[in-house]
Amino acid sequence: MEGTERVFERLVHEHQHRVYALSLALTGNRHDAEDVAQDTFLRAYRALATYPPDRIRELKQKAWLHRIAVNVVRNRVRGVRPSLVELNGNEPSLSSGPEDDVMRKAEIDELAARVACLPARYREAVVLRHVQDLSYAEVAEALGQPVGTVKANVHRGLKILRGENHGDGDD
Amino acid sequence: MATVMIDLKRLGDVKAPAGFAERVLAQAGMADSYAVFDTVLGPVYVAWNRLGVSAAMRSKSSAEFESWFRKDVGRQLVRVDPPADLAAKIEDQLEGRRRLRFDLRGLTSFSQAVLSKTLEIPRGQVRPYGWIAREIGHPAAVRAVGTALANNPIPYFIPCHRVIRSDGVIGNYGGGGPEAKKNILTLEGVQLKRLQQLARAGFRYEGVRSTKVFCFPTCYHGRAAKEQNIVQFHSEQEAYSAGYRPCKHCRPAVVA
Repeated sequence: MEGTERVFERLVHEHQHRVYALSLALTGNRHDAEDVAQDTFLRAYRALATYPPDRIRELKQKAWLHRIAVNVVRNRVRGVRPSLVELNGNEPSLSSGPEDDVMRKAEIDELAARVACLPARYREAVVLRHVQDLSYAEVAEALGQPVGTVKANVHRGLKILRGENHGDGDD
Repeated sequence: MATVMIDLKRLGDVKAPAGFAERVLAQAGMADSYAVFDTVLGPVYVAWNRLGVSAAMRSKSSAEFESWFRKDVGRQLVRVDPPADLAAKIEDQLEGRRRLRFDLRGLTSFSQAVLSKTLEIPRGQVRPYGWIAREIGHPAAVRAVGTALANNPIPYFIPCHRVIRSDGVIGNYGGGGPEAKKNILTLEGVQLKRLQQLARAGFRYEGVRSTKVFCFPTCYHGRAAKEQNIVQFHSEQEAYSAGYRPCKHCRPAVVA
Protein backbone atom coordinates (compact mmCIF):
# COMPACT_ATOMS: atom_id res chain seq x y z
CA MET A 1 0.00 0.00 0.00
CA GLU A 2 1.31 3.41 -0.98
CA GLY A 3 0.38 4.99 2.37
CA THR A 4 2.30 2.45 4.42
CA GLU A 5 5.44 3.00 2.38
CA ARG A 6 5.29 6.75 2.92
CA VAL A 7 4.76 6.29 6.67
CA PHE A 8 7.63 3.83 6.83
CA GLU A 9 10.01 6.08 4.92
CA ARG A 10 9.33 8.92 7.35
CA LEU A 11 9.65 6.55 10.30
CA VAL A 12 13.10 5.41 9.15
CA HIS A 13 14.41 8.91 8.55
CA GLU A 14 13.02 10.26 11.79
CA HIS A 15 14.12 7.45 14.10
CA GLN A 16 17.22 5.94 12.46
CA HIS A 17 19.74 7.53 14.82
CA ARG A 18 17.72 6.78 17.93
CA VAL A 19 17.23 3.15 16.97
CA TYR A 20 20.85 2.73 15.97
CA ALA A 21 22.11 4.24 19.24
CA LEU A 22 19.78 1.93 21.15
CA SER A 23 21.01 -1.10 19.20
CA LEU A 24 24.64 -0.14 19.81
CA ALA A 25 24.08 0.22 23.55
CA LEU A 26 22.24 -3.10 23.73
CA THR A 27 24.66 -5.15 21.62
CA GLY A 28 27.97 -3.47 22.41
CA ASN A 29 29.43 -3.36 18.91
CA ARG A 30 28.67 -1.55 15.68
CA HIS A 31 28.38 -4.63 13.53
CA ASP A 32 25.59 -6.21 15.57
CA ALA A 33 24.08 -2.77 16.11
CA GLU A 34 23.50 -2.32 12.39
CA ASP A 35 21.97 -5.79 12.14
CA VAL A 36 19.63 -5.18 15.07
CA ALA A 37 18.65 -1.71 13.89
CA GLN A 38 17.88 -3.02 10.38
CA ASP A 39 15.91 -5.93 11.79
CA THR A 40 13.96 -3.57 14.00
CA PHE A 41 12.85 -1.45 11.06
CA LEU A 42 12.06 -4.45 8.89
CA ARG A 43 9.84 -5.89 11.61
CA ALA A 44 8.20 -2.52 11.96
CA TYR A 45 7.63 -2.48 8.20
CA ARG A 46 6.00 -5.90 8.21
CA ALA A 47 3.81 -4.94 11.14
CA LEU A 48 2.77 -1.63 9.57
CA ALA A 49 1.60 -3.47 6.48
CA THR A 50 -0.94 -5.36 8.58
CA TYR A 51 -2.18 -2.42 10.70
CA PRO A 52 -5.37 -0.56 9.85
CA PRO A 53 -4.87 3.17 9.11
CA ASP A 54 -6.23 4.46 12.44
CA ARG A 55 -3.91 2.18 14.38
CA ILE A 56 -0.97 3.57 12.39
CA ARG A 57 -2.10 7.12 13.13
CA GLU A 58 -2.34 6.54 16.86
CA LEU A 59 0.93 4.64 17.08
CA LYS A 60 3.44 5.94 19.64
CA GLN A 61 6.29 5.39 17.24
CA LYS A 62 9.15 5.95 19.66
CA ALA A 63 7.96 3.57 22.37
CA TRP A 64 6.88 1.05 19.74
CA LEU A 65 10.29 0.97 18.03
CA HIS A 66 12.07 0.64 21.37
CA ARG A 67 9.95 -2.32 22.24
CA ILE A 68 10.65 -3.99 18.90
CA ALA A 69 14.40 -3.39 19.22
CA VAL A 70 14.51 -4.86 22.72
CA ASN A 71 12.68 -7.93 21.44
CA VAL A 72 15.03 -8.28 18.47
CA VAL A 73 18.01 -8.28 20.83
CA ARG A 74 16.35 -10.74 23.21
CA ASN A 75 15.64 -13.15 20.36
CA ARG A 76 19.15 -12.89 18.99
CA VAL A 77 20.72 -13.50 22.38
CA ARG A 78 18.74 -16.70 22.67
CA GLY A 79 20.50 -17.93 19.55
CA VAL A 80 24.04 -16.57 19.81
CA ARG A 81 25.79 -14.62 22.51
CA PRO A 82 26.69 -11.17 21.21
CA SER A 83 30.36 -10.91 20.46
CA LEU A 84 31.64 -8.30 22.86
CA VAL A 85 34.82 -7.35 21.11
CA GLU A 86 35.03 -6.79 17.39
CA LEU A 87 38.60 -7.87 16.71
CA ASN A 88 38.72 -7.67 12.94
CA GLY A 89 36.82 -4.37 12.78
CA ASN A 90 35.65 -5.05 9.26
CA GLU A 91 32.83 -2.53 9.22
CA PRO A 92 33.59 0.47 7.04
CA SER A 93 35.20 3.22 9.08
CA LEU A 94 33.03 6.00 7.81
CA SER A 95 34.60 8.89 9.65
CA SER A 96 38.27 8.50 8.88
CA GLY A 97 38.54 12.09 9.95
CA PRO A 98 40.68 13.87 12.55
CA GLU A 99 42.24 12.00 15.42
CA ASP A 100 39.94 13.15 18.20
CA ASP A 101 37.04 11.84 16.12
CA VAL A 102 38.67 8.43 16.15
CA MET A 103 39.36 8.80 19.87
CA ARG A 104 35.77 9.67 20.59
CA LYS A 105 34.59 6.76 18.51
CA ALA A 106 36.88 4.39 20.42
CA GLU A 107 35.60 5.73 23.75
CA ILE A 108 32.02 5.28 22.67
CA ASP A 109 32.75 1.73 21.49
CA GLU A 110 34.39 0.87 24.79
CA LEU A 111 31.48 2.27 26.74
CA ALA A 112 28.99 0.38 24.56
CA ALA A 113 30.93 -2.83 25.14
CA ARG A 114 30.86 -2.23 28.91
CA VAL A 115 27.12 -1.63 28.88
CA ALA A 116 26.63 -4.77 26.80
CA CYS A 117 28.35 -6.78 29.56
CA LEU A 118 25.52 -5.99 32.00
CA PRO A 119 23.00 -8.75 32.61
CA ALA A 120 20.13 -8.34 30.16
CA ARG A 121 17.49 -7.10 32.61
CA TYR A 122 19.76 -4.37 33.99
CA ARG A 123 21.10 -3.50 30.57
CA GLU A 124 17.67 -2.97 28.98
CA ALA A 125 16.53 -0.78 31.88
CA VAL A 126 19.70 1.33 32.03
CA VAL A 127 19.87 1.82 28.26
CA LEU A 128 16.27 2.86 27.83
CA ARG A 129 16.32 5.19 30.85
CA HIS A 130 19.73 6.82 30.54
CA VAL A 131 20.95 6.28 26.97
CA GLN A 132 17.62 6.84 25.29
CA ASP A 133 16.35 9.23 27.95
CA LEU A 134 12.89 7.69 28.29
CA SER A 135 10.87 8.35 31.45
CA TYR A 136 10.43 5.50 33.93
CA ALA A 137 6.85 5.14 32.78
CA GLU A 138 7.93 4.85 29.14
CA VAL A 139 10.63 2.32 29.99
CA ALA A 140 8.13 0.28 31.97
CA GLU A 141 5.77 0.27 28.99
CA ALA A 142 8.46 -0.64 26.48
CA LEU A 143 9.72 -3.52 28.61
CA GLY A 144 6.34 -4.65 29.83
CA GLN A 145 7.48 -4.45 33.47
CA PRO A 146 6.19 -2.59 36.56
CA VAL A 147 7.79 0.82 37.18
CA GLY A 148 9.25 -0.35 40.51
CA THR A 149 11.07 -3.23 38.84
CA VAL A 150 12.50 -0.87 36.24
CA LYS A 151 13.73 1.57 38.88
CA ALA A 152 15.45 -1.19 40.82
CA ASN A 153 17.07 -2.61 37.67
CA VAL A 154 18.32 0.81 36.56
CA HIS A 155 19.77 1.39 40.00
CA ARG A 156 21.59 -1.94 40.08
CA GLY A 157 22.81 -1.58 36.54
CA LEU A 158 24.31 1.85 37.22
CA LYS A 159 25.97 0.50 40.32
CA ILE A 160 27.73 -2.19 38.33
CA LEU A 161 28.81 0.34 35.71
CA ARG A 162 30.30 2.54 38.42
CA GLY A 163 32.23 -0.44 39.61
CA GLU A 164 30.46 -0.80 42.95
CA ASN A 165 29.59 -4.38 42.33
CA HIS A 166 30.10 -5.51 45.93
CA GLY A 167 26.80 -5.55 47.72
CA ASP A 168 23.73 -6.17 45.64
CA GLY A 169 20.68 -5.62 47.74
CA ASP A 170 20.72 -2.26 49.40
CA ASP A 171 18.32 0.20 47.91
CA MET B 1 27.18 8.71 39.58
CA ALA B 2 27.08 11.82 37.45
CA THR B 3 29.92 10.86 35.09
CA VAL B 4 28.41 7.47 34.30
CA MET B 5 25.14 9.12 33.40
CA ILE B 6 26.80 11.77 31.24
CA ASP B 7 28.72 9.04 29.45
CA LEU B 8 25.52 7.11 28.87
CA LYS B 9 23.90 10.22 27.37
CA ARG B 10 26.78 10.45 24.91
CA LEU B 11 26.12 6.87 23.92
CA GLY B 12 22.60 8.00 23.07
CA ASP B 13 23.93 10.69 20.75
CA VAL B 14 25.55 8.15 18.42
CA LYS B 15 24.46 8.62 14.83
CA ALA B 16 23.55 5.82 12.48
CA PRO B 17 26.27 5.24 9.86
CA ALA B 18 26.00 6.92 6.47
CA GLY B 19 23.57 5.22 4.13
CA PHE B 20 21.83 3.33 6.92
CA ALA B 21 18.34 4.62 6.15
CA GLU B 22 18.79 3.81 2.46
CA ARG B 23 19.95 0.29 3.27
CA VAL B 24 16.85 -0.23 5.40
CA LEU B 25 14.60 1.05 2.63
CA ALA B 26 16.40 -1.21 0.15
CA GLN B 27 15.79 -4.21 2.38
CA ALA B 28 12.12 -3.34 2.64
CA GLY B 29 12.01 -3.36 -1.16
CA MET B 30 11.45 0.39 -1.40
CA ALA B 31 14.80 1.17 -2.95
CA ASP B 32 17.12 -0.75 -5.23
CA SER B 33 20.76 -1.39 -4.48
CA TYR B 34 23.48 -0.97 -7.04
CA ALA B 35 27.17 -1.50 -7.54
CA VAL B 36 29.58 -1.39 -10.43
CA PHE B 37 30.97 -4.68 -11.69
CA ASP B 38 33.91 -5.51 -13.88
CA THR B 39 32.61 -7.79 -16.58
CA VAL B 40 33.72 -9.15 -19.93
CA LEU B 41 32.06 -6.06 -21.36
CA GLY B 42 34.00 -3.70 -19.11
CA PRO B 43 32.57 -1.95 -16.05
CA VAL B 44 28.79 -2.22 -15.86
CA TYR B 45 26.50 -0.56 -13.31
CA VAL B 46 23.96 -3.09 -12.05
CA ALA B 47 20.91 -2.42 -9.86
CA TRP B 48 18.93 -5.10 -8.07
CA ASN B 49 16.30 -5.66 -5.39
CA ARG B 50 14.48 -8.57 -3.75
CA LEU B 51 12.85 -9.59 -7.02
CA GLY B 52 16.04 -9.70 -9.06
CA VAL B 53 18.23 -7.57 -11.28
CA SER B 54 16.33 -4.40 -12.18
CA ALA B 55 18.71 -2.41 -14.38
CA ALA B 56 22.12 -2.49 -16.00
CA MET B 57 23.97 0.21 -17.88
CA ARG B 58 27.48 1.06 -18.99
CA SER B 59 27.27 4.54 -17.51
CA LYS B 60 30.20 6.91 -17.33
CA SER B 61 29.72 7.66 -13.64
CA SER B 62 27.64 6.80 -10.60
CA ALA B 63 25.86 10.12 -10.93
CA GLU B 64 24.89 9.36 -14.53
CA PHE B 65 23.61 5.91 -13.62
CA GLU B 66 21.66 7.18 -10.62
CA SER B 67 19.93 9.96 -12.49
CA TRP B 68 19.08 7.64 -15.38
CA PHE B 69 17.66 5.04 -12.99
CA ARG B 70 15.55 7.51 -11.00
CA LYS B 71 14.11 8.99 -14.18
CA ASP B 72 13.62 5.75 -16.08
CA VAL B 73 12.71 3.25 -13.36
CA GLY B 74 11.42 5.76 -10.84
CA ARG B 75 12.63 4.22 -7.58
CA GLN B 76 15.25 5.22 -5.02
CA LEU B 77 18.74 3.85 -5.50
CA VAL B 78 21.46 3.05 -2.96
CA ARG B 79 25.05 2.26 -3.68
CA VAL B 80 26.16 -0.73 -1.60
CA ASP B 81 28.94 -3.24 -1.27
CA PRO B 82 27.63 -6.11 -3.40
CA PRO B 83 26.91 -9.48 -1.78
CA ALA B 84 29.98 -11.70 -2.03
CA ASP B 85 28.50 -14.06 -4.60
CA LEU B 86 26.89 -11.49 -6.89
CA ALA B 87 29.94 -10.76 -9.04
CA ALA B 88 30.31 -14.45 -9.85
CA LYS B 89 26.58 -14.74 -10.59
CA ILE B 90 26.76 -11.81 -12.97
CA GLU B 91 29.78 -13.27 -14.71
CA ASP B 92 27.90 -16.57 -15.09
CA GLN B 93 24.86 -14.80 -16.46
CA LEU B 94 26.84 -12.90 -19.08
CA GLU B 95 28.69 -16.08 -20.06
CA GLY B 96 25.40 -17.91 -20.44
CA ARG B 97 25.92 -20.39 -17.61
CA ARG B 98 23.06 -19.18 -15.45
CA ARG B 99 19.77 -17.36 -15.58
CA LEU B 100 19.31 -14.63 -12.99
CA ARG B 101 15.92 -13.39 -11.90
CA PHE B 102 14.80 -10.00 -13.19
CA ASP B 103 12.48 -7.34 -11.87
CA LEU B 104 10.45 -6.03 -14.81
CA ARG B 105 7.72 -4.31 -12.78
CA GLY B 106 6.81 -0.94 -14.20
CA LEU B 107 7.09 -2.09 -17.81
CA THR B 108 4.00 -2.69 -19.93
CA SER B 109 2.91 -6.30 -20.29
CA PHE B 110 3.86 -6.08 -23.97
CA SER B 111 7.42 -5.02 -23.10
CA GLN B 112 7.61 -7.74 -20.47
CA ALA B 113 6.53 -10.32 -23.04
CA VAL B 114 9.13 -9.06 -25.52
CA LEU B 115 11.93 -9.18 -22.95
CA SER B 116 10.95 -12.60 -21.61
CA LYS B 117 10.95 -13.96 -25.14
CA THR B 118 14.34 -12.36 -25.80
CA LEU B 119 15.71 -14.26 -22.82
CA GLU B 120 14.99 -17.49 -24.69
CA ILE B 121 17.42 -16.71 -27.50
CA PRO B 122 20.51 -18.83 -26.82
CA ARG B 123 23.97 -17.34 -26.66
CA GLY B 124 25.66 -17.35 -30.06
CA GLN B 125 22.38 -17.08 -31.97
CA VAL B 126 20.30 -14.22 -33.33
CA ARG B 127 16.64 -13.77 -34.27
CA PRO B 128 14.83 -11.16 -36.35
CA TYR B 129 12.46 -8.65 -34.74
CA GLY B 130 9.55 -10.28 -36.57
CA TRP B 131 10.28 -13.57 -34.84
CA ILE B 132 9.75 -12.02 -31.41
CA ALA B 133 6.55 -10.34 -32.62
CA ARG B 134 5.16 -13.62 -33.94
CA GLU B 135 6.22 -15.67 -30.91
CA ILE B 136 4.46 -13.38 -28.43
CA GLY B 137 1.28 -13.39 -30.49
CA HIS B 138 1.50 -9.93 -32.07
CA PRO B 139 2.88 -10.73 -35.53
CA ALA B 140 2.21 -7.22 -36.88
CA ALA B 141 3.85 -5.37 -33.99
CA VAL B 142 7.40 -5.56 -35.32
CA ARG B 143 8.11 -1.88 -34.74
CA ALA B 144 6.71 -2.01 -31.22
CA VAL B 145 9.09 -4.90 -30.54
CA GLY B 146 11.95 -2.68 -31.70
CA THR B 147 10.84 0.08 -29.34
CA ALA B 148 10.48 -2.29 -26.39
CA LEU B 149 13.97 -3.66 -27.00
CA ALA B 150 15.45 -0.18 -27.43
CA ASN B 151 14.09 0.67 -23.97
CA ASN B 152 15.34 -2.55 -22.38
CA PRO B 153 16.41 -1.45 -18.87
CA ILE B 154 18.67 -4.49 -18.46
CA PRO B 155 20.74 -4.79 -21.67
CA TYR B 156 23.50 -7.45 -21.76
CA PHE B 157 21.54 -9.48 -19.17
CA ILE B 158 18.40 -9.57 -21.24
CA PRO B 159 20.11 -10.11 -24.59
CA CYS B 160 18.39 -7.58 -26.83
CA HIS B 161 21.63 -7.55 -28.83
CA ARG B 162 20.61 -11.00 -30.15
CA VAL B 163 17.70 -9.48 -32.05
CA ILE B 164 18.67 -8.10 -35.47
CA ARG B 165 16.89 -7.06 -38.64
CA SER B 166 15.94 -9.83 -41.04
CA ASP B 167 17.91 -8.12 -43.84
CA GLY B 168 21.07 -8.65 -41.78
CA VAL B 169 21.52 -5.04 -40.72
CA ILE B 170 22.67 -5.09 -37.12
CA GLY B 171 20.48 -2.15 -36.17
CA ASN B 172 20.82 0.32 -33.38
CA TYR B 173 21.58 -0.66 -29.83
CA GLY B 174 20.73 1.13 -26.62
CA GLY B 175 23.66 -0.50 -24.85
CA GLY B 176 26.29 1.45 -26.77
CA GLY B 177 25.42 1.76 -30.46
CA PRO B 178 25.77 -0.71 -33.38
CA GLU B 179 29.50 -1.20 -32.81
CA ALA B 180 28.92 -2.39 -29.25
CA LYS B 181 26.20 -4.72 -30.53
CA LYS B 182 28.60 -6.23 -33.09
CA ASN B 183 31.31 -6.62 -30.47
CA ILE B 184 29.06 -8.43 -28.05
CA LEU B 185 27.71 -10.75 -30.73
CA THR B 186 31.24 -11.58 -31.88
CA LEU B 187 32.21 -12.21 -28.26
CA GLU B 188 29.33 -14.65 -28.04
CA GLY B 189 30.54 -16.54 -31.10
CA VAL B 190 28.18 -15.30 -33.82
CA GLN B 191 29.86 -15.35 -37.24
CA LEU B 192 28.69 -11.93 -38.28
CA LYS B 193 30.49 -11.85 -41.64
CA ARG B 194 28.88 -15.05 -42.82
CA LEU B 195 25.51 -13.97 -41.49
CA GLN B 196 25.65 -10.67 -43.34
CA GLN B 197 26.82 -12.30 -46.58
CA LEU B 198 23.77 -14.55 -46.46
CA ALA B 199 21.49 -11.63 -45.67
CA ARG B 200 22.91 -9.54 -48.52
CA ALA B 201 22.23 -12.42 -50.92
CA GLY B 202 18.65 -12.45 -49.63
CA PHE B 203 18.91 -15.77 -47.83
CA ARG B 204 17.06 -15.94 -44.53
CA TYR B 205 17.06 -19.64 -43.76
CA GLU B 206 19.33 -22.62 -44.09
CA GLY B 207 18.21 -26.20 -44.51
CA VAL B 208 20.01 -29.53 -44.28
CA ARG B 209 19.47 -31.93 -47.18
CA SER B 210 19.56 -35.10 -45.13
CA THR B 211 17.04 -34.05 -42.50
CA LYS B 212 14.87 -31.74 -44.62
CA VAL B 213 14.72 -29.26 -41.72
CA PHE B 214 15.27 -25.52 -42.15
CA CYS B 215 16.58 -23.15 -39.48
CA PHE B 216 17.73 -19.62 -38.85
CA PRO B 217 21.38 -19.51 -39.96
CA THR B 218 22.71 -19.24 -36.40
CA CYS B 219 20.63 -22.12 -35.02
CA TYR B 220 22.68 -24.70 -33.21
CA HIS B 221 20.90 -27.56 -34.94
CA GLY B 222 22.28 -26.97 -38.41
CA ARG B 223 25.91 -26.59 -37.54
CA ALA B 224 27.00 -30.21 -37.59
CA ALA B 225 26.02 -30.60 -41.22
CA LYS B 226 28.68 -30.64 -43.92
CA GLU B 227 28.91 -27.51 -46.06
CA GLN B 228 27.81 -29.33 -49.24
CA ASN B 229 24.64 -30.57 -47.52
CA ILE B 230 23.43 -27.12 -46.61
CA VAL B 231 20.91 -25.28 -48.77
CA GLN B 232 19.78 -21.68 -48.48
CA PHE B 233 16.24 -20.36 -48.77
CA HIS B 234 14.91 -16.87 -49.38
CA SER B 235 11.59 -17.52 -47.68
CA GLU B 236 9.54 -20.04 -45.75
CA GLN B 237 7.45 -20.72 -48.84
CA GLU B 238 10.57 -21.65 -50.78
CA ALA B 239 11.62 -24.02 -48.02
CA TYR B 240 8.19 -25.59 -47.75
CA SER B 241 7.90 -26.14 -51.48
CA ALA B 242 11.30 -27.84 -51.44
CA GLY B 243 9.83 -30.28 -48.91
CA TYR B 244 11.48 -28.88 -45.77
CA ARG B 245 9.86 -28.35 -42.37
CA PRO B 246 10.77 -25.65 -39.84
CA CYS B 247 13.17 -26.48 -37.00
CA LYS B 248 11.45 -27.06 -33.67
CA HIS B 249 14.21 -25.31 -31.73
CA CYS B 250 14.69 -21.98 -33.48
CA ARG B 251 11.14 -21.99 -34.94
CA PRO B 252 11.78 -20.01 -38.15
CA ALA B 253 8.07 -20.45 -38.93
CA VAL B 254 5.06 -21.66 -37.00
CA VAL B 255 5.60 -25.34 -36.41
CA ALA B 256 2.57 -27.17 -37.70
